[in-house]
Amino acid sequence: MSTQGNANPNSSVNNYSMSSTQNGGGAAPCQNGPGQMYPAMYTASSYYSSAPPAAYPTVAGHSAPPTGKTPVSSTGYSGNYYQSSSGLSPYPAPGTHQYSNAPGQSFQQTAPYAMPAGYYGQVYSHPSQGQTQPQPQQLQPNLMPASSGSNLGAPLYPIVSYPSAPGSSQYGTLRSSQTTAGQPPVSTVMPPPPTQSSLQQYSQGIGATPTPAQPGYGAPPLSQAATVNGQSNAVQQHYDQNLHNPMSHHYAAGPPNSQGPDKERPPSGTPGTSVHSSPQHHPGGDSSSTTTDSASPVPNSYESLEGGGYSDLAAPPAGVPAKQAPPFGYNYPTMHPAYQQNPAPKPNPSPSHGGYNPPGYQPYSQPFPSLSELSSALGGLGGVSELEAETLRPVNLLQERNILPPKRAPPPEPNLSNDLRKVNCSPDTFRCTLTNIPQTQALLNKARLPLGLLLHPFRDLTQLPVITSNTIVRCRSCRTYINPFVSFLDQRRWKCNLCYRVNDVPDEFMYNPVTRSYGEPHKRPEVQNSTVEFIASSDYMLRPPQPAVYLFLLDVSHNAVESGYLNVFCQSLLDNLEKLPGDTRTHIGFVTFDSTVHFYNLQEGLSQPQMLVVSDIDDVFIPTHDSLLVNLKESKELVKDLLNALPGMFTHTRETQSALGPALQAAYKLMSPTGGRVTVFQTQLPTLGAGLLQSREDPNLRSSTKNVLHLGPATDFYKKLALDCSGQQIGVDLFLLSSQYSDLASLACVSKYSAGSVFYYPSFHHIHNTAQKQKFQKDLQRYLTRKIGFEAVMRIRCTKGLSIHTFHGNFFVRSTDLLSLANVNPDSGFAVQMSIEESLADTSLACFQAALLYTSSKGKRRIRVHTLCLPVVSQLSEVFAGADIQAISCLLANMAIDRSISSSLSDARDALVNAVVDCLTAYRANGSNIQPSGLIAPAALRLFPLYVLALLKQKALRTGTSTRLDERVFSMCELKSQPLQQIMRMVHPDLYRIDNMTEQAALHLNDSVIPQPPLLQLTAEKLTREGAFLLDCGSVMYLWVGKCCNETFIRDVLGFQNYASLPSNMTEIPELQTTYSERTRAFISWLLESRTFLPAFHVVKDDASTKTSFFQHLVEDRTESAFSYYEFLLHIQQQMSK
Amino acid sequence: MQTNVTTVTGILISVLIFPKIKGIIAFDELKTDYKNPIDQCNTLNPTVDRVKKIKRVRLALKLVLPEYLIHVFFCVMFLCATEWLTLGLNIPLLAYHIWRYMSRPVMSGPGLYDPTTIMNADILAYCQKEGWCKLAFYLLSFFYYLYGMIYVLVSS
Repeated sequence: MSTQGNANPNSSVNNYSMSSTQNGGGAAPCQNGPGQMYPAMYTASSYYSSAPPAAYPTVAGHSAPPTGKTPVSSTGYSGNYYQSSSGLSPYPAPGTHQYSNAPGQSFQQTAPYAMPAGYYGQVYSHPSQGQTQPQPQQLQPNLMPASSGSNLGAPLYPIVSYPSAPGSSQYGTLRSSQTTAGQPPVSTVMPPPPTQSSLQQYSQGIGATPTPAQPGYGAPPLSQAATVNGQSNAVQQHYDQNLHNPMSHHYAAGPPNSQGPDKERPPSGTPGTSVHSSPQHHPGGDSSSTTTDSASPVPNSYESLEGGGYSDLAAPPAGVPAKQAPPFGYNYPTMHPAYQQNPAPKPNPSPSHGGYNPPGYQPYSQPFPSLSELSSALGGLGGVSELEAETLRPVNLLQERNILPPKRAPPPEPNLSNDLRKVNCSPDTFRCTLTNIPQTQALLNKARLPLGLLLHPFRDLTQLPVITSNTIVRCRSCRTYINPFVSFLDQRRWKCNLCYRVNDVPDEFMYNPVTRSYGEPHKRPEVQNSTVEFIASSDYMLRPPQPAVYLFLLDVSHNAVESGYLNVFCQSLLDNLEKLPGDTRTHIGFVTFDSTVHFYNLQEGLSQPQMLVVSDIDDVFIPTHDSLLVNLKESKELVKDLLNALPGMFTHTRETQSALGPALQAAYKLMSPTGGRVTVFQTQLPTLGAGLLQSREDPNLRSSTKNVLHLGPATDFYKKLALDCSGQQIGVDLFLLSSQYSDLASLACVSKYSAGSVFYYPSFHHIHNTAQKQKFQKDLQRYLTRKIGFEAVMRIRCTKGLSIHTFHGNFFVRSTDLLSLANVNPDSGFAVQMSIEESLADTSLACFQAALLYTSSKGKRRIRVHTLCLPVVSQLSEVFAGADIQAISCLLANMAIDRSISSSLSDARDALVNAVVDCLTAYRANGSNIQPSGLIAPAALRLFPLYVLALLKQKALRTGTSTRLDERVFSMCELKSQPLQQIMRMVHPDLYRIDNMTEQAALHLNDSVIPQPPLLQLTAEKLTREGAFLLDCGSVMYLWVGKCCNETFIRDVLGFQNYASLPSNMTEIPELQTTYSERTRAFISWLLESRTFLPAFHVVKDDASTKTSFFQHLVEDRTESAFSYYEFLLHIQQQMSK
Repeated sequence: MQTNVTTVTGILISVLIFPKIKGIIAFDELKTDYKNPIDQCNTLNPTVDRVKKIKRVRLALKLVLPEYLIHVFFCVMFLCATEWLTLGLNIPLLAYHIWRYMSRPVMSGPGLYDPTTIMNADILAYCQKEGWCKLAFYLLSFFYYLYGMIYVLVSS
């Protein structure tokens, strides 16, 4: 892409600037009035068709006459474009982008609107390119005012572009075209579609600021237009611009151009706009709420724009909508016969485009390319092949010794056009195991790879467009939210990309709050971002949004007091009381239990908390209904008193029993009117009342290689309770801190089906196990302050033909595609297995949309929508080329865990091995150019055996190594509910040598230098006695120090004189003022940057007893009961030859 | 004796058929639930929707035990009537029922279907297939018993 584009863009840019300057000169005249403006606009569109050709030539020479010569021009262009386009792959992504860009738009579709848009787009693009930027900036000031008194300069940006626009010449051309075209109707139409440009223009007209330079908003554009009118030359310029623009856009980042700017703008300053990117989002959703507020103004601002300065103008826009539609169709036909054919019908993008689009970006030309078109366009492009060739390169695993890439490989990029790729959902949020979706189930079966999605829908985001609008645009048939991958058939209709139904674009959607323009539905933030959040109206509520309600259920039996967790918890909660997500309605409550259940009356006005004991655990009742859950704000002092007193209240208890079941029932009764979050702290096996459990673990069987029993629940009490809770919107989170067997397999059900999370701290003790205590503290800190969503549901929709097979994670499945999540937290991930029910042959793109509807802690109903778009392929090799091995491993892990619970562990392990064997066999059968010997895998899958081996050595799935049942079950819970990144670190940790890190290839971020040591294979072979190695397992980090480790490292980084004086239980790196230490800490904190839960940290000495926990992560090594990596490969080879 | 047995089974088998149809419909509704297009209320309404679903599961569940019991009753009757052929036809199903009930998910009450796993496509498909097969079997048995009854009536 870049290469192609480059040459053109540059030239285009230059032209641009040139033209702009020229325009500027001529601009002054423009100001004619709105009426004129419109026509001009129109003409432009019409011109385009004719003009483009001219423009091209003009580009070179600028002399070409505007009118005319459609055929000629087209041919000429097509030649150029084509070439470029062919290079580029893609199709113009969803026409929307292009649209915005303008060039494309103007050409084909929206004559009137498009024109303005186009201008904008041009301007836009220029800035993005950087070359043009200066202009815009200069302009900005002027523009500022124009933007309806908007405060921010940033928002103006678009406006700026106007003025700068070169457009003057363009405009002029347009007019001429109009005149030539003689489409009066068009002109009329034009006004209505008040796009940004139109508005501006209007304003100009009103303002009567003729000169472009003028501060008037409209002025610049107008001026441009004016100039244009008279001059044929101007027209040419237009074209050039258009052409160039596209180019530039692409270059800059095709999609980014349009999107990027938009995103940036809102933050920068569109105060009025409804769309906000809320950087602060993560904290608690609070920020988002604030954004919302600001958002509301948008409509007002719009009105103000219209009504305020531009009252005259306002009128036209209003009328516009109805009329707009006609112009579209008409223009084309009338204007450019030749063009029309291609564009109007929506035909092959490539041919039609070719002519028009310079850089080979067909997208431009097609304003609203339909998916199918796009796809066809893709097919023709050859850009992908290189990438594919690389991912398909056969690798002989038996000979490839260092198979691990030096850095964690990024997820494979879907083979999409640049435009689509740029708007596509972030792989951190939404990932598919196959980035090339096979066309049919038969093809999928041939590849022997699982098809599925990995989702992290509620992830903390640094930037999220939040949209407030009265109507949320959705497909009428399948209820899909409008997204960047829909196609606009014209300005008033869009085609759903999941069910292909054609829907109307509501009037409200015609106004773009980001750019404050009208008539550009394709530029709306919903259509520019694949991850957006809507503020939902009351249609999306069953009841008024619930307040944030937190109930803490604390075990205070002897065992619990002994472990000392109460202190840690109370202190942590005291510290974070202010930071609990919520608003003034936040409620909080506490229940403690041992053999009885204790409630705490915290009603405002009491001098101290009042404890109410219910000893009838067979039939628990709530002693008083009013004051057990209290408003946090009103009773804060009492809550603090209670938290201070709690740890001391039970220090002398002799009660060893635990009535968890009844306590949970009480919590359920307490919470059911509101819903909310119950946090359970449990330190032992529940022994009393409903839900009591018996010890099922036989310690002698911990290392059995035979079947592991009791992976499933012993009773359905917790599951049923969880379902009841889920129905009342109560989520239950479980913290298990126990040193003995506590039957996590049964207890975890209470969280699993109520969409909670499970935390497990084996052998927790506040004194004897400081590492565990620190981890508990850190986790609590995050847990208490992280964002939370209440009464949530998540629906996953996918392109017709695909269907959801199975869900993995913590939730209750309410319908085939609907998950009920009583609580949703930013740290939980989900996996979905998919199947292909109908052939996807008639489409080239498959889309998935996950919509999460939740109530924020501030009581706002919100919908977060993620959309992922992937190409559909028909060749087996392409399926292999697009395999995302990390996602596949995670999905397989989920499936294996289901299998081990429903069937048996050995079954699950066999299935994992078979997955590799089958897949490699399928590849061998498919490959024609493969050597007969060796174990051959496509490069995309070369890590497959390694990851599967690592999975088999996970606590969850391993056999033969002593593993406590609870730890195994916890590991299973983690694999099922963690997001992909976390799972991958857990399964295949990262090993770095850090005692000799150099600045070579280091990252320079801000002012810190972050060394980038290469990833090492997970084998003891890579360890040396002279080194220090960091092993990053996600939730725990080990720093292994060799016996002969460099003393400067020990002194400068660890702060001890020599190896011998290192304590065996170090849990952190001291902050020393040496470069060595700083570098090391910079590296570690860089590793932790994106993580929400900080890992426990252990410094492991080579001779310490803890080193086994370190060495168990070296998955490539042989253990007593498991293969080494090489043996595993041989085993696979043997299986394959059977 | 034989007459009585066939008459009773003929009546009872129809008792089996209708619930089976109901069960199949229940599963089908579960499966196609999402196809209901615009009914936002339903999709957004946790309680209503959930209750509905649980009702459906319960319905299917309620039908399970009576079905099994009636079938066992048949078998006993056939045994008493020394209808070896008919008994032989029914024994496999009896064995299947026993196996099915033994391998049900952990559950405190009677029942076969677990609301948390029923939406798994494999399980749902299995349940549906099972429903159709049994329906076919009951239908065929119905005609067979009917034939047997008439045959006995006529021949006597």
